[in-house]
Amino acid sequence: MTLQDSHNGQMKGDSTPFEGSKTRFIPSKAPEYATDLEGDLLEVSMGPHHPSTHGVFRMNVVLDGETIVKLKPYFGYLHRNHEKIAESNSYLSAIPYTDRLDYICGLTNNWSYVVAMEKLLGLQVPERAEYLRVIVGELTRLFNHACLAGFLLQDMGASGTPLMYAFREREYILDLFESLTGSRMMCNYMRFGGVRCDAPAGWIEQAKSVVSKFPKFLEEFEALITGNEIVRSRTQGVGVLSKELAINAGITGPMLRACGVDYDLRKVDKYSIYDRFQFRVPLGEHGDTFDRYMIRILEMHETLKILEAALRDIPAGPIIDPKAKLRNIRPKVGEAYGRTEVPKGELGFYVISNGGATPYRFRIRPPSLINLTILEDLCVGHPIQDVVLILGSVDIVLGEVDR
Amino acid sequence: MIPGIEQLKARIEQAVPGARIEIVPNGSPSNQVSLLLDAEHGFAVAKFLRDDPELKLDFCSNATGVDWPGTVTKEKVKKTVDGVEKEEIIEKTTPGCLEAVYHLFSMTLKQGPVIIRMRTENRVDKVTLPSLTPLWRSCEFQEREIFDLFGIVFSGHPDLRRILMWEGFVDYPMRKDYVEPDDYEYEPTPHAAVLEKAKHHLPSQPAL
Repeated sequence: MTLQDSHNGQMKGDSTPFEGSKTRFIPSKAPEYATDLEGDLLEVSMGPHHPSTHGVFRMNVVLDGETIVKLKPYFGYLHRNHEKIAESNSYLSAIPYTDRLDYICGLTNNWSYVVAMEKLLGLQVPERAEYLRVIVGELTRLFNHACLAGFLLQDMGASGTPLMYAFREREYILDLFESLTGSRMMCNYMRFGGVRCDAPAGWIEQAKSVVSKFPKFLEEFEALITGNEIVRSRTQGVGVLSKELAINAGITGPMLRACGVDYDLRKVDKYSIYDRFQFRVPLGEHGDTFDRYMIRILEMHETLKILEAALRDIPAGPIIDPKAKLRNIRPKVGEAYGRTEVPKGELGFYVISNGGATPYRFRIRPPSLINLTILEDLCVGHPIQDVVLILGSVDIVLGEVDR
Repeated sequence: MIPGIEQLKARIEQAVPGARIEIVPNGSPSNQVSLLLDAEHGFAVAKFLRDDPELKLDFCSNATGVDWPGTVTKEKVKKTVDGVEKEEIIEKTTPGCLEAVYHLFSMTLKQGPVIIRMRTENRVDKVTLPSLTPLWRSCEFQEREIFDLFGIVFSGHPDLRRILMWEGFVDYPMRKDYVEPDDYEYEPTPHAAVLEKAKHHLPSQPAL
């Protein structure tokens, strides 16, 4: 299956699974061990400083030879109790902290928090601000997925090259963010009812040129990787997640859609202005590591469509709701739960107000943490080198797991 | 379709006899009204919400805790002692509670949210609530986190341990009356035990 196939023939309708069964690698049967030669089980602590855990994260694995029998994840090495910090500060000053949750895509975290707060405050976002939000959000999704593919290949042993290719593209987008917000990663850009500042002169053209160059990178990347036999044999049939378990365990984002569940909040909730764009939701079929990789590649193509339309149609106008206050925000007594589709899954913010200047309760629903719930189910029965791949395909950032 | 909150309450009461349900109003423009369940029937109601063919809330998105400390109200009471009128101040305390909140959605029918909450009797010793992890696996880590940071004990949870704080930590950091320790150096971290053990492996320092 080449990418071209997966685009022309296999994505029919709004959301359809892509086929890959014809060229599917079928793993051989697990070797049968002689029962009278059983050895001892070995307990290995992977992490917290293992290079493949993407941060400080530890798994205790019990091994029978090379095969995983049991796996327990341990968290909290990066815990700084973001929720408590937010509850002792004003509503506004929680925005820069959200940048530090999933520090790869700060802007989508900002967005999710302001969506919850706009529900609590009842604010309307002007059109230009919505377009700017969609543009920066989709740019974030673009480089997050590219980097994820790079990291996955790095974990697989393709040392350096794919990751550096992805990081090169990421730099172009981060340059855009720097000229728009003043910061590469910790952007602090969204405000309740709009965005902090308008795009500088020439920024839209600059963004258009970055977006127009991206398909070439994607083509190159795919030619290098997607068809590669080693990549396929390492990823196909590894870490299969069933539909039912995925729904029950609250898995969201590309990982859920790789199992074939059609649930994208951009389509379901139609928040912001996503109902104006023509894009499809790619769905996987097998729910294995390869599907999780492929879903991200296909989503990048769909994201490019949204970006092209948004950069073409962006109107002039105000960038923040005139009713919105910046300082001294005191929402009415009540609560709101807002959620958006960030690159990693569903990021939700739950805010309770008691009428005061600080949130009474501030809760983050972290997709990275909840997507790890089924890590043990995915890994059991696989050799230890596949754990690294499966963890890589879940796409976690420890700043968000531990908060 | 999810019916209005009144109809939903009536349907639950019909399906789960004996369930005591209150509607918790929400004054903010978000208008997300929630249902307060009693701990005794909480599990049965949640099971009904998950399995009912019209609701099919198969996706528990968010589970979290909220701390409501007890309030102290002062009342002035006039008393006549030996013919002289005196004012006495009587303090009334409510025990407060810990609350678990669940946001339920349906992935199959693409609807939601239905918000359910359960409250403990007080904040000290009667802090047990039924775990909803057997219904939704997504609660597994989130309920562990509530246990860790708020101190709600979930009965029926398969693996209730601290998740973010370390083993041996005593207090619950997300409670409103949590007091930060003055000096982190004296925290009983696992590090101290490691250092103590390491002493046996280190050669004694030569005398200068």
